[in-house]
Amino acid sequence: MSLLEIKNLHVSVDKHEILKGINLTVNAGEVHSIMGPNGSGKSTLAQALARRETYNVTSGEVSYNGKDLLAMKPEEAACEGIFMAFQYPVEIPGISNAYFLRSALNAIRKHRGLDEVDAMDFLPMFREKLKLLDMDEKLMNRSVNEGFSGGEKKRNEILQMAVLEPKLAILDETDSGLDIDALRIVAQGVDAMRNPERAILVVTHYQRLLNYIVPDFVHVLVDGRIVRSGGPELALELEEKGYSAMEAEARSATPA
Amino acid sequence: MSTNLNTIRDLAEREYKWGFVTSVEEERVPKGLNEDIIRLISTKKNEPEFMLQWRLKAYHHWASLEKAQAEPKWANVKYGPIDYQEIVYYSAPKQKPGLTSLEELDPEILRTYEKLGIPLEEQKHLAGVAVDAVFDSVSVATTFKEKLADLGIVFCSFSEAVQKHPDLVQKYLGSVVPYTDNFFATLNAAVFTDGSFVYVPKGVRCPMELSTYFRINAANTGQFERTLIVTDEGSFVSYLEGCTAPIRDENQLHAAVVELIALDNAQIKYSTVQNWYPGDKEGKGGIYNFVTKRGKCLGVNSKISWTQVETGSAITWKYPSCILQGENSVGEFYSVALTNNYQQADTGTKMIHIGKNTRSTIVAKGISAGHGQNTYRGQVKIMKGATGARNYTQCDSLLIGDKCGAHTFPYIEVRNSTARMEHEASTSKIGEDQLFYLRQRGLKAEDAVSMIVNGFCKRVFRELPMEFAVEAQKLLNVSLEGSVG
Repeated sequence: MSLLEIKNLHVSVDKHEILKGINLTVNAGEVHSIMGPNGSGKSTLAQALARRETYNVTSGEVSYNGKDLLAMKPEEAACEGIFMAFQYPVEIPGISNAYFLRSALNAIRKHRGLDEVDAMDFLPMFREKLKLLDMDEKLMNRSVNEGFSGGEKKRNEILQMAVLEPKLAILDETDSGLDIDALRIVAQGVDAMRNPERAILVVTHYQRLLNYIVPDFVHVLVDGRIVRSGGPELALELEEKGYSAMEAEARSATPA
Repeated sequence: MSTNLNTIRDLAEREYKWGFVTSVEEERVPKGLNEDIIRLISTKKNEPEFMLQWRLKAYHHWASLEKAQAEPKWANVKYGPIDYQEIVYYSAPKQKPGLTSLEELDPEILRTYEKLGIPLEEQKHLAGVAVDAVFDSVSVATTFKEKLADLGIVFCSFSEAVQKHPDLVQKYLGSVVPYTDNFFATLNAAVFTDGSFVYVPKGVRCPMELSTYFRINAANTGQFERTLIVTDEGSFVSYLEGCTAPIRDENQLHAAVVELIALDNAQIKYSTVQNWYPGDKEGKGGIYNFVTKRGKCLGVNSKISWTQVETGSAITWKYPSCILQGENSVGEFYSVALTNNYQQADTGTKMIHIGKNTRSTIVAKGISAGHGQNTYRGQVKIMKGATGARNYTQCDSLLIGDKCGAHTFPYIEVRNSTARMEHEASTSKIGEDQLFYLRQRGLKAEDAVSMIVNGFCKRVFRELPMEFAVEAQKLLNVSLEGSVG
């Protein structure tokens, strides 16, 4: 059984159809990259899978881990092991990073019938993950994302992923706004989390992130449809030719 | 903290849980207000002549105000006319005269406070908190009195203070809030029935938190209590008050007065968690909380700090203020006011700088949900002589949903050019993006809202004594029930 199976998924935002029939199968242990130009629907796919309510699924089916993902609320999907690293992480003033993350971890553990982790047990585990991402311990007690630099915010997303240990991680343009060094640290952090039980969906514009996280499959999204799928070499081809060639192909392939 | 979220969730699913009624035999005076009622109240309380005279002056002043229709209408709240002749001004549980121990107290009342989580037996009580329990018009019990008396601290009901410490009462009563102050304070001066009295002598640091727990029980009564706290030179006290009332369809009036006096180098920390019945989801019933609270930093280097968490009441009209008279004196006001459903709050503070180098800090957080209307109203006044005065004001509003309102009316009056004033204000809305972010991490929608709200209020919560801070967080979550989804 596949971890994620998307069949003919249509999604609208404010009554505009963005995704026009996505088909995608992702198995545990695989890394898939979704690439495409601005406005092609990459982020919409990520948000819809994370069950954001402003993204309206008009038709299609998504099964996740044998369950109907489209019947789940965002928190249910999260508790079932879906994690999305946000393109624009949100600030929560007055709530410390450590407290927020422990609350999230405990909400998920509770859903799975596990005991909650208290602050004493949480701390060492948190410290270990901080090291993995080369993050300052001071960030623990700062308010969630408040006053963080762009790079710190993205690192913080991956830190959360490391603590919450999802089955399916969706990275929504995690590379945007990162300098070369930060990109390497973040990407290596993600790559270190690859394992046979976990699938990762990397949504990105650029190939450069994929130098660090080499995907098993690359899918090119144009105008709400996957127009090509292939191995990591497809990302290189894209980098060379640009999206316009692919868009032209897509246009000729679909009835006007 | 690990079970924090569960607790919040459990609480969020509950309605107003303090809404029960205790069945006790009451002794009440006839409804309505006239000179005879004032005399009757004063006689019942066996008061000295100066008290009766003060009440009568207040009553006549109030009667003239009422005739002139001088009930204040400037606040940003709406309510129908109050018929002052329909209110019962004195209602007390019947009890043996000269109650000396808890065993003599009506067990129903003991049970009431236990149900409210305020056990009156000292051995059961949280270490380090002494309680004065006010039930309708009278104080029914005060704990740890003897222990405090060993240090010379007086902590008793107002009625008892009038009997045992008439000199102190006469010296300070009305010295901060005169009976002519405002319509509701004047009414209170005429009819107030009980409250708490605290005196901390020179150089004494009160070793425990003092607290008063106010409970309205009887129907159709008003509660008019009066609290007077005097800290002598170099002393310190931390005082807490809490309040609840049964669920009733009709509105009930609560018009209290609090006066604080801090002499040289003295400090008063006054914390309130106000949880009067707020009315139902349609806005029916609830307490009108029209309260005058003011502190006077009379001495040099004195400090008065107000912290309030206002989650209850149908209408709140309340401006805990500081008169900074002594040089280098400090006034602080930290406030969280939450309005949900049809609640209305018009609350804030006044900081009157008279002495040199006086400083004040105002941090006000307003949260509006449902159809709630939340107004911050504040005045900072720097008088001519207040050279080197400083004020910092921060005033933030948080909106949940699109049917509520937040309003801010800051008044600043500076008559001394050396003054330094800072004012920061913000309005934000709990956004779909914030909620989605937290939910994507596994938190339920209501837990996500309470996390955002608690974060918003953090600056104020950390001013509260520990037990109160936890209580306040829980209260906020209950009060927010139904504000999302």
